Amino acid sequence: MGQGLQNRIVILLPYLWLLILFLAPFGIVLKISFSDTAIAIPPYTPLWDWSDIRGFFAELDFENYTWLLEDDLYWKSYLSSLRIAAISTLITLLIGYPMAYAMAKAPKNIRPTLLMLIILPFWTSFLIRVYAWIGILKNEGYINIALEWLGIIDEPIMMLNTDFAVFVGIVYSYLPFMILPLYATLEKMDGSLIEAAKDLGCTEVSAFWKVTLPLSMPGIIAGCFLVFIPAIGEFVIPDLLGGSDTIMIGKVLWSEFFRNRDWPVASAVAVLLLLILIVPIVLFQHFQQRAEQN
Amino acid sequence: MQKLSPFNITALTLGFAFLYIPILLLVIFSFNESKLVTVWGGFSTKWYASLMQDKAFLNAAWTTFRIALVSATIATVLGTMAAMALVRLGKFRGRTLFSGMIYAPLVMPEVITGLSLLLLFVAMNVTRGFWTITLAHITFSMCYVSVVVSSRLHSFDVSLEEAAIDLGCNTIQAFFKVTLPIILPAVISAWLLSVTLSLDDLVIASFTSGPGATTLPMEIYSSVRLGVSPQINALSSLLVGLVGGGVILASIISRRQISKEQH
Repeated sequence: MGQGLQNRIVILLPYLWLLILFLAPFGIVLKISFSDTAIAIPPYTPLWDWSDIRGFFAELDFENYTWLLEDDLYWKSYLSSLRIAAISTLITLLIGYPMAYAMAKAPKNIRPTLLMLIILPFWTSFLIRVYAWIGILKNEGYINIALEWLGIIDEPIMMLNTDFAVFVGIVYSYLPFMILPLYATLEKMDGSLIEAAKDLGCTEVSAFWKVTLPLSMPGIIAGCFLVFIPAIGEFVIPDLLGGSDTIMIGKVLWSEFFRNRDWPVASAVAVLLLLILIVPIVLFQHFQQRAEQN
Repeated sequence: MQKLSPFNITALTLGFAFLYIPILLLVIFSFNESKLVTVWGGFSTKWYASLMQDKAFLNAAWTTFRIALVSATIATVLGTMAAMALVRLGKFRGRTLFSGMIYAPLVMPEVITGLSLLLLFVAMNVTRGFWTITLAHITFSMCYVSVVVSSRLHSFDVSLEEAAIDLGCNTIQAFFKVTLPIILPAVISAWLLSVTLSLDDLVIASFTSGPGATTLPMEIYSSVRLGVSPQINALSSLLVGLVGGGVILASIISRRQISKEQH
């Protein structure tokens, strides 16, 4: 076997795999988002044959998209996904930063153990970690039982099936994604810079605000994107912890598909979700590249 | 060596409590005698026993493990090839698209990946079930494998490979005799990561499965929707124990290896 052929196989096999099973399916989603809904299996009427491109442009059917624009459920769910993802990202940062900071300050010999303790929950099932919060937050859950036992409340506080539960779920599930990049930047930070700041008259606190925080910006940005981007399209957390009035776009897509069996509308929702995600993803890559160059 | 300030100790204690108490409660209450999940009624292992007699769960567990092993293995091969292509083969036509397709699935919402794969399988008229889930899992796992293995390849001295080739190896022999043994820890951890990703996946499996192929997360999800049950707690504790034990073991082994290399 020739050298060139070997190299070509190493490239082509994974390349073709991704072309067929990752890229081509998006083309199909796009195509079906322009199709008509029909109650059949599969529940849509194909708009055109693969062979007839001209016919496609003649009959291009934006019906599903105008439908999305007219029904305010979709608008609201896009906006509320962005809102929920943004608030959760902020809370994750506020919890994650002190932890990453303390880890970076910890004695060198216990740092690997601390790091593993952060990563370990990430390896255990996501679904199970979300499920664990149902028992904690529900009306007869551990928090309400404890508060009633302590005599702080008489009536259980409703926590499950609210936006609050969704915030808790996202923060809990994505905390390691925030801590890891933060820890990476804080750990390699030059301690002498802070010493210098203190020599020049900064207090511990002002040295943090003037030196540590600005220098850890790349970690903050990376961590925030790593939480914000996947949180927008989240399905499991709003479905299991959120209430009926917590609408997020991942949940809408799921119910259009599985409950209403409306494949074309589900596809149109997916296309718009992708368009919304492109902005933060491109920004993220831009920041990553700039960070690598420095 | 400096000591941690009280503020830092508080941050770490509260943080780790937040991360671990939910899982601990889940495990503790899986040994609860009472059917009321949140009220302690005495120690019992009966939920584990009832789990072992539940046909639906056992079937789902068997399907899930087979999918995880098959998909992780194929994904490791394909992902390692992709990493070699990206790190070692320099510029080739379509490289930008290729690396884009490796990174995109990592940030793609699962609902979109699942929906698009399902529509592909429908368009190709494939019967959905075990193999369609496996294909889907290979596709996203190979991207994770490729990221893990490429980062190892980046920190690897190419001259070792070149020396092997100078000594008469062809590239395939050089890969199996020199490169693979050195990057093996990364390849193994990539394989383990693929296994856990596959065991854990609910959304993509729900889209791409067909009648007869129900995975464990799908089974857990459909009973969780009906409420918390001690049996699910037992099942979750088993999975947490299995994966947690495996990860701790793997990290101990790799740390021994590192300290051996240093001596």
